[in-house]
Amino acid sequence: MELWFTEKHTENVKFSIQVDKQLYTGQSEFQRIDIFESKEFGRFLTLDGYMMLTEKDEFIYHEMMVHVPMAVHPYVKNVLVIGGGDGGTVRELVRYPEIAQIDLVEIDAEVVSACRAFLPQTACGLEDKRVQIYYDDGLRFVRKYVEEYDLILVDSTDPFGPGEGLFTKEFYGNCYKALKKDGIMVNQHESPFYPADATAMQRAHKRIVDSFPISKVYQAHIPTYPSGHWLFGFASKKYHPIDDHNTTAWKQRGLVTRYYNEQLHDGAFALPNYVEELLERVESV
Amino acid sequence: MLDQSKAPILEALEEMKQNRLVPFDVPGHKHGKGNPDLTGFLGEKCLSVDVNSMKMLDNLCHPVSVIKEAEELAAEAFGAAHAFFMVGGTTSAVQSMVLSVCGRGDKLILPRNVHRSVINVMILCGAVPVYVNPDVEDRLGIALGMRISEVERAIRENPDAKAVFVNNPTYYGICSNIKGIAKLAHTHGMKLLVDEAHGTHFYFGGELPITAMAAGADMAAVSMHKSGGSLTQSSFLLTGSGVNQGYMRQIINLTQTTSGSYLLLSSLDISRRTLALKGQEIFAKVKDMVEYARGEINQIGDYYAYSKELVNGDSIYDFDITKLSVNTLSVGLAGIEVYDLLRDEYDIQAEFGDIGNILAYVSVGDRPRDIERLVSALAEIRRLYKKDRTGQLTVEYINPKVICSPQEAFYGEKQSLPLAACKNRVCAEFVMCYPPGIPILAPGELITQDILNYIVYAKEKGCSMTGPEDMEITHLNVMKVTS
Repeated sequence: MELWFTEKHTENVKFSIQVDKQLYTGQSEFQRIDIFESKEFGRFLTLDGYMMLTEKDEFIYHEMMVHVPMAVHPYVKNVLVIGGGDGGTVRELVRYPEIAQIDLVEIDAEVVSACRAFLPQTACGLEDKRVQIYYDDGLRFVRKYVEEYDLILVDSTDPFGPGEGLFTKEFYGNCYKALKKDGIMVNQHESPFYPADATAMQRAHKRIVDSFPISKVYQAHIPTYPSGHWLFGFASKKYHPIDDHNTTAWKQRGLVTRYYNEQLHDGAFALPNYVEELLERVESV
Repeated sequence: MLDQSKAPILEALEEMKQNRLVPFDVPGHKHGKGNPDLTGFLGEKCLSVDVNSMKMLDNLCHPVSVIKEAEELAAEAFGAAHAFFMVGGTTSAVQSMVLSVCGRGDKLILPRNVHRSVINVMILCGAVPVYVNPDVEDRLGIALGMRISEVERAIRENPDAKAVFVNNPTYYGICSNIKGIAKLAHTHGMKLLVDEAHGTHFYFGGELPITAMAAGADMAAVSMHKSGGSLTQSSFLLTGSGVNQGYMRQIINLTQTTSGSYLLLSSLDISRRTLALKGQEIFAKVKDMVEYARGEINQIGDYYAYSKELVNGDSIYDFDITKLSVNTLSVGLAGIEVYDLLRDEYDIQAEFGDIGNILAYVSVGDRPRDIERLVSALAEIRRLYKKDRTGQLTVEYINPKVICSPQEAFYGEKQSLPLAACKNRVCAEFVMCYPPGIPILAPGELITQDILNYIVYAKEKGCSMTGPEDMEITHLNVMKVTS
């Protein structure tokens, strides 16, 4: 018997992983949630049939989302994570002792409970006592705050479905407002490769550029995401991701990472020409 | 009691599809096969039911089978004696109502802030308008409902009028005391016609204002395609027990197409079924979303999303709480500016914006997360664009002096004159001013100095003016003076 999970990366491209068994399936108010077990990638989580994370490569995404801004901002105390109900982003954050408070805003409580039950590798961080989980719409949550957070991490799904509000100008504007005067926002920024993803990426970039004085994009290689070439947005009120990159301070912490390091930090902001062109096209409008 | 889960037109169309009829009749696209580009765009399913009247599908001009059954179901669902399926928009329903009661020279009592379709039909039939002053709410700059005392006065002064016409609710959700107006009209032997374009949902909501049919109106024009969910241009004309159905059908057929679209007809049938079966639940959801949005918007600061607190027992007899009207003046922005920002900067299309307000149309098609976007975008607009309060427009109601019927003025000999030279002449066209959406002049009315001053003032204040042939409104068409 062969059982395969398949996701269409475009109308003409399919990505498949052989499944050993299905561990969980559920339909929440917002989406269909599935967790599978596979030989190659370990356990993996899909929402509405779209790959969210696998145990084998999630470290790349979560390390790049968290350690890049943490190596720039000199003192992060209050963090807001929007989305990220799997707990992977929080797991990386709780490694920093100076962080006093982590608010996680996840719209779907069933994602959190499924991950707690079947993905302990990522969900373990959620048990840290500095973490407060709010089950709410991210856009609604962030609207209430003014200069509250040092760091906002937008760990969203794709710009369609429950996460679509997290790719809008009103969302980025409200994040700007909720950040302190030297705050940083990092967001999941889609992929530049396939045209539909690239368009979403450009739209998000334009809206962030409109909202923040500093807006840069960096990349990582995530094998199970469409094309494997994935981007993150670094938007900031004060700090530049490379000029203000404090390598010594970060090294002194002695954190062990599998993907992130201080050379890669700067290098991740060096983008291929075609990606630079896509970004410039919307920056100048 | 009829079985509201039936949809006779839909069922007949489905049966027709199964029979695989060979079409040697119009339309010429032949179920879409003759126009692949159009079929590609609209879809084969859609084109396959864009068909003409035939035996099994009945005929809109003279319904005897499935359309008749569908109309009976609709009538029951809306508590009317009869429901006519309309395919020319609510405009055609409004105009048929007036055509059925007014001939040349007959008087019609109506509020000044009626939809222009009413004035247009008077051009067609030669009726003479008797206007009632709608109250204006100064702070919000919107026209309200008619006061009972004003209707009473108009009736007393014009005992020969054929009917009273009411627009209820208004675009902004303001309701008049239509039950009281119905009683008044009937006591004086007049019909009550209601433009209920924005009130379809009243027939299916628990805590919503009274419907025209329940209030005793003789006829009501209901825009199913607004809150009812049917296709654009489809509508119902509802009649009460005192209306002759056969005569009404004759009147409708005067101006109605003989090729009524089955896309529109089936959309009415299906939407009626949905509302009859699930309307209460649907509009409870809409009401909850709007109430939530109103609360959140009022918390942002400066914006005023108004509701039932406006009710004054007369010109605001009731308020439709499913309407999300937001006054923007305290943000220092005109409604139209907020409307433009929402669309240009936030990809959110509101229903309209005027000088002081925006209206966000909320329906069953909206999702809570869309409401969050609207609220958040309004918060952002305030954060980024807030200004000092700008000079406010004072709306002034100028009682129109009707010299002749709109028909006489429109078809009479006319000339174009510069504004200043128009004093004491009879206007031959329509001048409409938004806000507050009240005509300044209609064909057949005397142009006074007060009116000329108001046109200049409203233009300076940035109101949008529509109607005249001259888009800049430096000239007006007036009737030639016959010596």
